[in-house]
Amino acid sequence: MSPRITLAVAARVLLQIRRDRRTLAMLLVLPCALMTLLWWMFHDVGGGPFTSLGPALLALIPFIIMFLVTSVTTLRERTSGTLERLLAMPMGKGDYLLGYALAFGLIAAVQSALAVGLSVWLLDLGITGHAWLLLVVAVVDAILGTALGLFVSAFAQTEFQAVQFMPALVIPQILLCGLFVARDALPGVLHVVSDLLPLSYAVDAMRTVASSTETGDVWQDLGIIALFVVGGLALGALTLRRQSP
Amino acid sequence: MVTDAVEVTDLTVVRRGKEVLRDLRFAVPPGEVTGLLGPSGCGKSTLMRAIVGVQRISSGSVAVFGQPAGAKSLRDRIGYVTQAPSVYDDLTVAENLLFFARVLGVDKDRVARCLEQVDLADSRASVVSQLSGGQRSRVSLAVALLGEPTLIVLDEPTVGLDPVLRKQLWGTFHELADQGAAVFVSSHVMDEADRCDRLLLMRDGVIIADGTPQDLREKTGAADIEQAFLTLVEGDPA
Repeated sequence: MSPRITLAVAARVLLQIRRDRRTLAMLLVLPCALMTLLWWMFHDVGGGPFTSLGPALLALIPFIIMFLVTSVTTLRERTSGTLERLLAMPMGKGDYLLGYALAFGLIAAVQSALAVGLSVWLLDLGITGHAWLLLVVAVVDAILGTALGLFVSAFAQTEFQAVQFMPALVIPQILLCGLFVARDALPGVLHVVSDLLPLSYAVDAMRTVASSTETGDVWQDLGIIALFVVGGLALGALTLRRQSP
Repeated sequence: MVTDAVEVTDLTVVRRGKEVLRDLRFAVPPGEVTGLLGPSGCGKSTLMRAIVGVQRISSGSVAVFGQPAGAKSLRDRIGYVTQAPSVYDDLTVAENLLFFARVLGVDKDRVARCLEQVDLADSRASVVSQLSGGQRSRVSLAVALLGEPTLIVLDEPTVGLDPVLRKQLWGTFHELADQGAAVFVSSHVMDEADRCDRLLLMRDGVIIADGTPQDLREKTGAADIEQAFLTLVEGDPA
C-alpha cells in the first residue's frame, strides 16, 4: 500500500462524483429534505416524536445512501474492467478500499454536517449531548455503509441485483435497530440478532448523544461500529481477486 | 540469443469444467509484433489473460521475463488492453490518464506523450462517454502505454476501427516493438496477419501454426493467411 495510490483513488472517486452533478445534488440535498419532511410530519403532533425519531434517522440516512452509492460504483468498476486493470497495476487492495472509504467518508461528512446542522439549528431537534458527536456518529455510519456496500458488490452481477441488496441487508437492520420496538422488548432471539447487527449500535449511539451528555457509551458504540467497518473492508478485500478462476 | 519476453510451456486452462486452452507451447520474443489470430471464442482472450496473470492456470507454466505470470514485480512492466475499453466513462481523457499515471507513479509528461502516440492529443478535454468506440479503445491503449511497458498485450485493439486508423495503430505497434518492447496482439480478422512479424494461429484452444506470415504461406502453399488457416484446419485429422 502507498499513500500516493490511496489518495489517487480517493481523488478520482471524488472527481467522478463531482462530474455527476445530479448525484452530487441528491447526495447533499436529499438527507436535508428527508429530515425536513420528518419534522413537518410531526409538526402538529405533541410529545416531541421528532426529537425521539430524528437522531435515529440521522444515523440511517447516511448509512443507506452510502451503501447504495458504493455498491453500484464498485460494481461498475468490476464490470467495466477498470478494477481488473488496476489490480494488474502495482496497486494494493488496501489502496483501493481505503481510497473509496476516504472519498465516501468525506462526502458523508459534508452530507451529515448539512443534515445535522439543519436539524439542530433550524428544525430545533432537541439534543442534550454535543452536536459534533452526532456528526461523528453519522460519518462513521456512512463509512459502515461504504464498507458493506463494497463487500456486497462482489455478489452482484448487475446493478439491478446490487440495488436489491438494500432491502435484503438494510431493511431487516432498520426493523431491528430499536426504531419500531425497543431492542429490550424484542423477542429473545430477535434481541440477540439485533445485538449482532451494526445499525443497532449506530442508532443506540445517536440516541445516547441526543439524550445525555455522557460520552462513554457513545465511544463504546462507535468502537463496535468501527470493528464492523474493519470487518467489512477485510471481507471486501477478500472479494478483490487478482486472478479469476 | 535474446531471452524471450513470454515463455508458455504446456499451458492448459480449464474454466467451468471446459478445457479452454490445451497444452500450449510458444514464446513471444522482444522487439517484434506477434499476432495471435483465430476465430472468436477460440481462447485468445483467456490466453492473454493468463499471460498478464489475471487468469488462473490449470497446468503448465507461463513465464514473463523469467518470472511466473502475475508476479508482483511484473505489474509495472506489462501494458494490457482488454477487448472492452477499461477506462472511466465519466472522466475526461486527460483525467483518466492522469489517474492511472498517479497509480503507476509515472511522470505527468508521459500523459501528453502517450496521447500523441495514439493520436488523441486534441481530445484530451473530452469526456470519454462522448467519444466514438474507436477513440475509446485508443484511450485504453494510451493508459497501457503510460508505464513504458516492455511487454504490451493487446486484445483485439483494432476491432471496429476505420482502415486509416487501423493502419496507424499497427504503425504504433511496430514503433513500440522497434523500441524493444514485445508486442502481443490478438485479432479475429485474418487480413491483419500480414501486419505482424510473427503469427500464432489458434483454433479451439490449440495453436495450429507458429511462424512468420511468409513461412505459413509457403508451408501451406496458400495465397493468403485465411487460406493457410483453412488448409491447416482441413489437414488436421481431428
